[in-house]
Parts: sequence; structure tokens; C-alpha cells
Amino acid sequence: MSELVFSSISGKKTALTLDPTDNVGVALADLAAGEVCTVIEDNGNEYEIGVIDNIPFGHKFALADFEKNQAVIKYGEEIGKMKESIQKGGWIHNHNMYCDRGMK
Amino acid sequence: MGDKFLGYRRENGSVGVRNLIAIIPSVFCSAKVAQRIAQSIPNAVHFSHPVGCSQVGEDLEITAKTLIGVGRNPNFAGVVVVGLGCERFTPAELAQGIASTGKMLETVVIQDVGDSIAAIDKGTRYARAMQQKASLQRREECDVNELMIGLNCGGSDTTSGLIANPALGIASDKLVAQGGSSILTELTELIGTEHILARRAINEEVAADILKAIRTMEERLKRQTQNSSNEKRKNLISTGNFDGGLSSVVEKSLGGMKKSGNAQFVEVFKYGNAPTKKGLLLLDGPGHDGEVTTGQVAAGAQIICFPTGRGTPSGFPGVPVIKITGNPRTYERMKENIDINAGAVITGEKSLQQAGEEIYQEIIAVASGKMSKAEVLGHDEQFCIWRMPD
Repeated sequence: MSELVFSSISGKKTALTLDPTDNVGVALADLAAGEVCTVIEDNGNEYEIGVIDNIPFGHKFALADFEKNQAVIKYGEEIGKMKESIQKGGWIHNHNMYCDRGMK
Repeated sequence: MGDKFLGYRRENGSVGVRNLIAIIPSVFCSAKVAQRIAQSIPNAVHFSHPVGCSQVGEDLEITAKTLIGVGRNPNFAGVVVVGLGCERFTPAELAQGIASTGKMLETVVIQDVGDSIAAIDKGTRYARAMQQKASLQRREECDVNELMIGLNCGGSDTTSGLIANPALGIASDKLVAQGGSSILTELTELIGTEHILARRAINEEVAADILKAIRTMEERLKRQTQNSSNEKRKNLISTGNFDGGLSSVVEKSLGGMKKSGNAQFVEVFKYGNAPTKKGLLLLDGPGHDGEVTTGQVAAGAQIICFPTGRGTPSGFPGVPVIKITGNPRTYERMKENIDINAGAVITGEKSLQQAGEEIYQEIIAVASGKMSKAEVLGHDEQFCIWRMPD
């Protein structure tokens, strides 16, 4: 799919959180390191945050600094833990996150 | 007082959203005769399948219960059972299972009437009479607590767990809050989140049922991947999932689970059975789109709600399937197949809440007679009975 199409339609680059307790945002457009995006919370509130890595459409980034082994929360639930510490705005994926549950 | 829709009240009190005649073969050998009967009159659908004989145990039991359940579905005003005559799942047992609904019911057995031409002739006469009688029935106002929707997502992409499923979850919650029913299935897509699902159970018994059902499914999948020749077939998360931004099976499963909103689960029930309670239900079944929706229709679902990120056109005979995409590009490309564009959330035109409300209103409209796109286009490929692999 072409993620760039989405970002040009919406006019501004956005990200979603799906639960008030989430500590990651999900990019709704391809974000480049250093870019600022608008985070839309599940309750409709909005705020801005800068990302420090390239974040592809649909991928996650840290809404705050993470420590090693800290739980990553999306949908209000733990989806895994950090293999290493990471700063606010950093990309979170299976290179730096692990999960012991389920058939991987 | 809940919202209302216009439905067809059946003899046993259940409510159909369609008023069709179902032609159901008890065995694959009579499938073509069933198909020809259905083609002879309007508003008839057939349920061709490849099973009904040379099966044993739970596998045959699931086939039997599923065919009976489909025949009992209130979207069908009448049923013509078509048998061959020597099959292991007899046409008499199929008809007997449907009979207590009180709906119009006839049986044609090919070996009894002579040949396939004679069977088509006899079945068409039965269906003709049923249809004419059914045409006299009018829709009447019914409470949404009579509705049961099936939830299934297929052709998923990143937007499914992010947009379409959460939006459908909002609609599902609204229906369940008013006493209606909603069925989540796809147990293979819930592995790793059973502890989370169990927390949403209405009591400890249901929580234990959820944990057991998902554990059993996981064990079945593990048995199937033990053979080393299947080594590369053992992961539930795919390269495409990783590319799309999903980092664990738990994350993927949570996105799938979101279809069921935040309501509490009131019952876990077996494939081929109907639930005994109303509310949010978990059907213990597999992940294949057709097998899922077939189990849901056999349980009594009158409508299927189907999020699809990449886009799939499939439908179900006699049961409207509402397609929802969270991907605005897929909607543009597949407008003729997809009913709801929840991708408007991504393009900033709608909130998730608004998309959920739009889905709910579409469910009410379709329940009252509006045809879904899959229905208009005659898509009916989802009827597909689950086979027990072991």
C-alpha cells in the first residue's frame, strides 16, 4: 500500500493512540527522523511529538523514554517488553522489543 | 427500549432479516441437484459442500450440526433437504434437526425418486410452493435484541487492527448493550491474548472456558507443526505482519480481538452449536474466513460484519455480509465490494467513534432489508464447513 497517499490526503501527519494507558503511538503516515507529528488520542485530544527515527506507516514509536525490560502498552495491554532502553520518539519494533507469549 | 429494525418473525419466535428458501444437500453427492433446484426459482439459495459421507466421530458430528444449524437460521423461511439416500449423514437426520423450528420443510432423496432429473423436478415444486407462501409474509418491527451478528476479518492489513476492527468493536458494543448478540471466533488469531480475553469474561466459569478453548487450539496447531518438514509453517505471525508494523503475536491478536469491543463475554460455545445466552459470545472455531462465518450462521447469526484491509469480495448465501475497510486506498479501489469506508479515520474526515456509529447504522439498515454489496453481486463463497484435522 502507498502510505504517502494517506499523509497527503490528511494534510498533516498524524499518529493514533488506542487506549489512555498506551505508551506508544502508531504512525498514520511515514514519518522521517526529526519530523513532528500530531498524536490523536482515543478520546480525540491532540498533541504534537517529534520522532527521532524513521517511522513507517503503521509502525510504533515511544511516547516517553523507555527503560530496558519496560512493558510496551498498546490497546491498553502489554504487547511485549523492551530489549533495551529507548528515548521518546524512537521506533519500537521486533529489533528492540520482545514477547514471550503466543506462537511467535 | 432498544433500537428497532424490520424483520421477519418466524414460527419459533426468532427473527430473520431475509425471507429466503434454503436448498441444503445432506451430502456432496446431492449438491448439484440442490444447486439446480435453487436456480429454478428466485430468492432461493443452495449450500453445496464437499462432505456428509466417509467421515466419523467429531468431524462428522460437526458437519451434521453445522448443516442443521444453517437450516435453522431464521433468514430462511423454508428448507428443502436434498439427500442421495445412502450417505452417512442421512437426509432424515438433517430434516429432523431443522423440524423443531416449525418452518416449512420438505425432503427429496434422489435414490427414492429415481434420478437426478426427477429429484430436481420434485425439489423445485416444493421450493416453488414454499416461496409463494413466504412471499405473503411482511416485515414487522423488531427489537435489536433479536439480532445476532458474526464478526470476522479477512485480507487484513495494518489498518485492520488500527481502524476497522476498533470501529466494528464500537458497533458491536452498542448492539450488545441493547441486548443483541455478537460472535467473535478466529481462535487461531487470539493465541497469546487468552489471559486478556479471560479478564473480559462475565464469570470464572466463562473465563475458564476461554482459556481452555484457546489452549486447545494452540495445542492443535503445535501438533501440526511438530513435523520438521513443516518447520517454516509454524509461526502465526507473518513477514507481512512484521512489515506492517506488528511486533508480536499478542499485538496482532489484540488488533483482531478489537472487533469485539469492550463488552464482557457471556458464553463460549462449540462449533456447530447455537449459544444459550444473548450478548457477546465466543465461538470455539478456526481462523478460516468461510469456516468462521459458516459456524456463525449455523449459530443463528443473521448478518456478518467483515473488516478487510486489503479487500475481499466474498459473501455468504442468504446472509448479508457487511464489508468494512480501514484502508482508504482499498475503499477507492474496491468501492463496488466494500460497504463502509472506516479509512475516513486515517484521512482525518471521521473519528473512530463516528465510524463505529456508521457501521452500527448500516447493520440496522441491512437488517431491515438494505442489500449489502456482496449480496447484490451474488457473492456466496464463504459457506465452508470446518473439518476437524485430528
